[in-house]
Amino acid sequence: MDESGLILSDIRDVYKSEAGSGIHPREAAEHHSEVAAKVLLEALEHANISARDLKGVAIALGPGLGPCLRVGATVARSLSSYLRIPLIPVNHAIGHIEIGNLTTGAKDPLVVLVSGGHTAIAAFSGGRWRIFGETEDITIGNLFDMFAREINLPSPAGPQIEKLTQNASKFIPLPYVVKGNDVSYSGLLTAALAKLRSGERLEDVCYSMQEVSCSMLAEAVERSLAYTGKKEILLTGGVAANRSLKDKLEKVAAIHDAVCYTVKSPFTGDNGAQIAWTGVLALKAGLVVQVENSHVRPRWRLEDVDIPWRT
Amino acid sequence: MTFHGERELPALIYTGAEAKIYLQEWFGELAIRKHRIPKSYRVPMLDDNIRHLRTSHEATMLREARKLGVSVPTVQHIDQDSSSLIMDYIAGRTLKDELHVVSKSERRARCRALGELLAIMHLGGIVHGDITLSNVISQRGKLFIIDFGLGGFSKESEAMGVDLLLLNRSMRSTHYLFHAELFKSFIEGYSRVVGLTSSAEVVEKMREVERRGRYFERG
Repeated sequence: MDESGLILSDIRDVYKSEAGSGIHPREAAEHHSEVAAKVLLEALEHANISARDLKGVAIALGPGLGPCLRVGATVARSLSSYLRIPLIPVNHAIGHIEIGNLTTGAKDPLVVLVSGGHTAIAAFSGGRWRIFGETEDITIGNLFDMFAREINLPSPAGPQIEKLTQNASKFIPLPYVVKGNDVSYSGLLTAALAKLRSGERLEDVCYSMQEVSCSMLAEAVERSLAYTGKKEILLTGGVAANRSLKDKLEKVAAIHDAVCYTVKSPFTGDNGAQIAWTGVLALKAGLVVQVENSHVRPRWRLEDVDIPWRT
Repeated sequence: MTFHGERELPALIYTGAEAKIYLQEWFGELAIRKHRIPKSYRVPMLDDNIRHLRTSHEATMLREARKLGVSVPTVQHIDQDSSSLIMDYIAGRTLKDELHVVSKSERRARCRALGELLAIMHLGGIVHGDITLSNVISQRGKLFIIDFGLGGFSKESEAMGVDLLLLNRSMRSTHYLFHAELFKSFIEGYSRVVGLTSSAEVVEKMREVERRGRYFERG
């Protein structure tokens, strides 16, 4: 990533869990450490630069799985020490937001961050992203993944579930739980699995679960939009690839004369470019961390991050 | 034709997330009509269900809150055909707006009073489900609680904790400069009614719910 936001290279090697099981933290970390050197070399090669050209290295300290974060952190710290370039602390969730702003052109959006790790609605105010609504139990990504695990689909399961919904023939009522601007999905997961066991068609259950979960979130977003008066929505994170959610948020935006921006593939899912770009913004604002203080923070909340580069 | 000030009635006075609020006349008195608008982003079956349920449910909750002595608008009429409620008009401003313009001591007094009101509801087994500073109207310092569509009956500290969480977040997001002071005053009022032990228990529940929603580890 260069200073202007041009992505010079975006090399990936993503850990995949086996069908019917979730991400195994140790296996994921082992995968990361096996491919780290190769990914790094390919990235430099593809960008057509040498390691000596780097001005800083951004480090994703969290949130995320501890073992995986530590692999990335170790690589970043070594690079920083060896090349004597600044180490820049980056929050993974802020990365989703900033890559969204960069690639869609959103300026001051109500952010809807949806992934396996997040279901949060946030807006920028007074130096930080403030949370206006979120899930009170599992995330929307978890809902899809946990449901998928029961029926032996690999995670992330959103795309497969979405495909199944195309052959649905009816809507089955399922628990719709909105509390203020918050949502709760655990009851919906239990009920959807119960419907499946009681003999309802998989396609109908998938459709109804997707319909209810996305409608709940759309309502929470609409409430937050009305409360904050923002004129932009930014849908970002892995579940931003879900068509039904995108479609619903566009309808919410239209009702309130707002615009809905949706991050496009390949920047919906986790990616290095989002960390690099947030690192560029942070470095310009003078934000660096010493190696000895660069502890990983598996539960680092997005609302606890100071954002000196935004006003 | 009826007028209120310069306005010809009925007049649309507020568009919220789920409803439009009209000022109109109702048997010679000023009243508001809260109309729950159909949402194009929900399938019709789901949407109709939600709007019907919330309309009748809100009327029930308002009635029950009033029985406890909490100031709320009186429901005059339920029109299920259009998912509308007709209620008394309360002239005033939202606490969200008011807290930005009044003195520090008044800010604290308002939050203490709100704490007492919510505590009375909780003691009586009612949770609001959507308590924000926008859902409290101050009529020269007298507080009215509105918008009970997501309310419920519960004696569980979890549900009460959610109310505190929603309010705390509402304070933190729009009044972050003096958020701590507002919430502290709120808890003072709340404790005065339910007692320090119960109040501490609900606050702890609030923290627990918040932690749960915090970044969720996959796996």
